[in-house]
Amino acid sequence: MRGKNRGMDATPGRRQRWQQGIEARQRSPRSLWRFAAPQQFYPLAGRLAPWFAALAAVLAVAGLYLAFFVAPTDAQQGEVYRVIFLHVPAAWMSMFLYLVMAFWGIVGWVLNTRLSFMMAHALAPTGAIWCFIALWTGALWGRPTWGTYWVWDARLTSQLLLMFLYLGYLALTRAIEDPRRADRAGALLAIVGSINVPIIYFSVKWWNTLHQGASVSLTRAPSMATVMLVTMLVMAFAAWFYSIAVALWRVRTLILERERHTDWVAAELDRLAVKEKE
Amino acid sequence: MHWESWSAFWDMGGRGFYVWGSYGVSFALIALELYFLHRTRKAVIRRLLRWRAARLEDTGEDA
Repeated sequence: MRGKNRGMDATPGRRQRWQQGIEARQRSPRSLWRFAAPQQFYPLAGRLAPWFAALAAVLAVAGLYLAFFVAPTDAQQGEVYRVIFLHVPAAWMSMFLYLVMAFWGIVGWVLNTRLSFMMAHALAPTGAIWCFIALWTGALWGRPTWGTYWVWDARLTSQLLLMFLYLGYLALTRAIEDPRRADRAGALLAIVGSINVPIIYFSVKWWNTLHQGASVSLTRAPSMATVMLVTMLVMAFAAWFYSIAVALWRVRTLILERERHTDWVAAELDRLAVKEKE
Repeated sequence: MHWESWSAFWDMGGRGFYVWGSYGVSFALIALELYFLHRTRKAVIRRLLRWRAARLEDTGEDA
């Protein structure tokens, strides 16, 4: 461990001083940095997750109600367009979560904080599920509107590549035995792979694709009816809060595993043992 | 509410397969994710409790 040489080395290296600086900030009771310490973040995540989950559930119910009972029939596509309320939020989340993974990967590489890598791990399965949902709903929507489940155009192909990047991340981090090496290798894949996200996003502009252009853009008036736009945003927020809740729950389990040698996890395990017997 | 009947709702203008196939599979995946999340947490806690018990026995420490 790092702490072994501390105090014995007369001239601590820059890296070590940097690390000590971060650890000092994490110990400071009023600094927000303290939540970068797994011991502090574990209970915080446990308190926050149920709220995000409840918010996601409420928004999902509201969004589904709007999607099926308020949003009107589309003049061109009829009823099948209602897939959009799931398809677009899922696609957004799949891209966004990959960028967040890359962000935590960079933070982990630069600051050498364990929790950052754990956050990246916790996001990957959920991102992969959103990516699959985007592809699946896209295929089922494409069949009645384009006449085909799949076409190798730029948007669909780059989204499929994102799926493989997620699966690659999951396979890579699980294949490497040493968690520190797995963390760094995974983070590198997330950082390099994130180049694909803008390619997905702008593919409909850069290439002539069968896939339609962006449904929502910040630079021009929305091309869809307000109620449809609102429904899509409500569903997107539901997906977002769900992802936060699930990632927080998943990171808690990860923290217990990774920090099992510490005293505070021992205390937490004793508490959980009592709960299990009840 | 613009559906004439529940059967019209399920039919989705003849596109029921595509609409419900999308929503059905997606929500099934989300339910599966939550189930596995819960199951993994239980399994990890049980494994760590066994690990801790074995370690306490080895070192002869008091719990």
